[in-house]
Amino acid sequence: MAIEETLIPEGIHGMGHKIRRKEDTRFLQGKGMYVDDIKLPGMAYLVFVRSPYAHAKIKKINLEKAKSIPGVIDIITGEELDKAGLSWIPTLMGDKMMVLPIDKVVFQGQEVVAVIAEDKYIATDAANQVEIEYEPLEPVVDPRKALEANSPLVRPDKNSNLVFKWEAGDRDLTDKIFKEAEVTVSQDFYYQRLHVAYMEPVGSVAQYEPVSGKLTLWMTTQAPHVVRTVFSLVTKIPENKIRIVSPDIGGGFGGKVYVYPGYVVSTYAAIKLGRPIKWINTRSEDMKSTAFARDFHIHGELAAKKDGTILGLRINVISDHGAFYGDANPSKFPAGLFSICTGAYDIKAAYVEVTGAYTNKPAGGIAYRCSFRVTEAVYTIERLVDILAHELHMDPAELRLKNFIPPEKFPYKSVLGWTYDSGNYAAALKKAMEKIGYYELRKEQEEKRKKGELMGIGISTFVEIVGAGPADLFDIVGIKMFDSAEIRIHPTGKVIARFGTRAQGQGHETTYAQIISEILGIPVEDIIVEEGDTDTCPYGLGTYASRSTPTAGAAAAVSSRKILDKAKKIAAHLLEAREEDIEFDKGRFYVRGYPDKFKSIQEVAFAAYTNPPPNMEAGLEAITYYNPPNMTFPFGAYICVVDIDKGTGQVKVRRFVAVDDCGNIINPVIVDGQIMGALTMGFGTSFMEEIRYDENGNIYGGSFAEYLIPTAVETPRWELDKTVTPSPHHPLGAKGVGESATVGSPAAFVNATVDALSHLGVKHVEMPILPWKVWEILKDKGVSSNE
Amino acid sequence: MQKVHVKININEKPYEAEIEPRLLLVHFIRDIAGLTGTHIGCDTTNCGACTVILNGKAVKSCTMFAVQANGKDVITIEGLAKDGKLHPIQEGFWVKHGLQCGYCTPGMIMAAYQLLKKNPNPSEEEIRIGISGNLCRCTGYQNIVEAIKYASEKMKGEI
Repeated sequence: MAIEETLIPEGIHGMGHKIRRKEDTRFLQGKGMYVDDIKLPGMAYLVFVRSPYAHAKIKKINLEKAKSIPGVIDIITGEELDKAGLSWIPTLMGDKMMVLPIDKVVFQGQEVVAVIAEDKYIATDAANQVEIEYEPLEPVVDPRKALEANSPLVRPDKNSNLVFKWEAGDRDLTDKIFKEAEVTVSQDFYYQRLHVAYMEPVGSVAQYEPVSGKLTLWMTTQAPHVVRTVFSLVTKIPENKIRIVSPDIGGGFGGKVYVYPGYVVSTYAAIKLGRPIKWINTRSEDMKSTAFARDFHIHGELAAKKDGTILGLRINVISDHGAFYGDANPSKFPAGLFSICTGAYDIKAAYVEVTGAYTNKPAGGIAYRCSFRVTEAVYTIERLVDILAHELHMDPAELRLKNFIPPEKFPYKSVLGWTYDSGNYAAALKKAMEKIGYYELRKEQEEKRKKGELMGIGISTFVEIVGAGPADLFDIVGIKMFDSAEIRIHPTGKVIARFGTRAQGQGHETTYAQIISEILGIPVEDIIVEEGDTDTCPYGLGTYASRSTPTAGAAAAVSSRKILDKAKKIAAHLLEAREEDIEFDKGRFYVRGYPDKFKSIQEVAFAAYTNPPPNMEAGLEAITYYNPPNMTFPFGAYICVVDIDKGTGQVKVRRFVAVDDCGNIINPVIVDGQIMGALTMGFGTSFMEEIRYDENGNIYGGSFAEYLIPTAVETPRWELDKTVTPSPHHPLGAKGVGESATVGSPAAFVNATVDALSHLGVKHVEMPILPWKVWEILKDKGVSSNE
Repeated sequence: MQKVHVKININEKPYEAEIEPRLLLVHFIRDIAGLTGTHIGCDTTNCGACTVILNGKAVKSCTMFAVQANGKDVITIEGLAKDGKLHPIQEGFWVKHGLQCGYCTPGMIMAAYQLLKKNPNPSEEEIRIGISGNLCRCTGYQNIVEAIKYASEKMKGEI
């Protein structure tokens, strides 16, 4: 059936079907239910007073004027929270973070005092009337200076600004290879601080029912179950009396994994005041105080033979973590999965070192489709490979093809310890080269250069690592990173399926239904998928780092197969045949050789309640907590062509071809949507987005007036293609894909830009590549034009 | 603060209230009319998630006071489908997968609504410029462009 023929997806639509999304019916009509849409009787509003300073002592707080405003209900300070044991709370990485400060503020925009009033206008008025006397302290802005012995301390409770020092690989062997190598290249890169800038800012509605002692918290979270556990541990409220609901979420991108002070204070206030409390950040508050991404100062080196054989990789990173080490990371990985930095290449030795520093900035680091620092890892290796190609006067495509891990080496164990599940990197790159006409473009570039025109071609051949993860390696606050699916078939054959993940637009309500439809032959319109309510959904670790398909997607397949096994037994009972003789196809069970004599899955479901075989439990349902045996390693080959305007320094993306391989595909339309969104984020990263701080710790990029995300006008038209290399260990052969393009594309954009300028002696341009930066280079090299 | 009486027709239904003059139109629509399809994505008039049609023009309702809409006609996303049938733009967004998290969608559709009123046959470039006041963080815009093209054809009776 052609996809345009039916709007409402009807019938059996399993793997690979381009069906319309089930969730769209409500979003298209303004009937989504996001946190700020919730309105409860008696609900009051919370607004924060925020710090104007990056680093300052709090001398005095005067609440008199604010309290006198009619409609103000309560004002909560750090001192009050401290009495409740809530002024600091634990972070996901075993550090702690301030909820509200007592003695000093540690970043500009930090929550200082919470005002609660009858409506948000009054709350904002009152917040403006709270008088706080500060004594400014010297701010710590540069993470490298933060690590110097004489640096002021960011944290009142620590005796140094060092967060952690982490290393991986064989240092001695790597040093030896570098010492003996025929060629070495090195480069400093700064992967700038970003913000995910989801369209819906974070917020919550907290409600406490004193009679039952039950707390309900609607919140913008990607990981509701983990939040419930953490809330229970912090507040001592029993976990079964906390219900976290993550309703429709207006984009997450990793920024909604974190626990923010607003959630905690709104909960505290709801319990204290006996009224529902709503807190919703404004955009500017969100940009200034919620999780940032990246902020890696990278020194990378590559060692190779003259013929282009890559031998060794050495990387040293200073990472900026802001005032609290709150990265949303698996606990054993302080630098995330940065150790995937050997990329798509068969490298003999590598050594990586990351040193984390506290600074007077908000916390974060892991966010923005990073797959736990894979963005930084891929950017580093893909930039270095290009720099090596230019150093050797080799074509960057040829250099890559020479060094790829060959298909026959999978599963491939990298020197930094990851066992890649499957891959065929040359096939993806060759497909991209063919699609874009690579060699013709190189000829065109040569001719253009003769005419003095600036054209560049950039390649990125990346390997992702997603689907955290195997229980022996991966946990969040001690909880193993499994995920879950509970599927229940009703007597009439209709299905409710619930998951431990939480979509924020990725289309789980559709794709999970497709997995069930594929295996059980039940039409997708008969399958309702739910996530986000900790009272009803099985425990899971949430959706981030492209883990949903690898973990909960796998759990959906396993649960469906458990149901199928039982259904087969019931069908055998109904058909009066041996179970071994029962065949199943497209929702029908029949005796082998007699396809006309069958029982449908719906009839079997009815029988499961009305006529179950003797010695069998009634009902037809299954639950699976899936512990993945390995990560999945999707990959891709991206090629970008840019033209640079010599008058303005504007880099114009002429074409961008993205060949992705995420194994078997559940819904191609949704996968392409994910890729195009992620490419656009990679484009924004490369050319537009940044958060900077001046020497006083004042933020630049703290609102949408300064933090520029691409509109439809800047965003290039994407050209997508695929290869299919299934994951051998995943029940459906599927790999995650949601973050691939944000991980993979920045190196292609930057490589293209540098490629356009390389004949002028340019080795690197830092992101974001704003026109003025390029224009200054052109002016410096004497090639800018005044036309 | 002195309250004023306003009557605003939203989706052909009058909503009357005593409001402060400083109340933003977006808050009137969401909190007083209870129409929560119109969203708030920023505080600097950049994102367009709050876009509605006011007397035939697309406006960012976060940058108007409700009193300025007194006596006027507003169309929001909730008013687009007629008799349970989706408007061609809504249908286009669905068929072409022009939405993911759905948060920009209502504003984006209203911007497209005005665009197609003014220009029933827009080129790709005209579409991209026409929705440049609306930010989307999920789709990368390409499918939104396709959705608006689909709607344009559908509204002309071509499909």
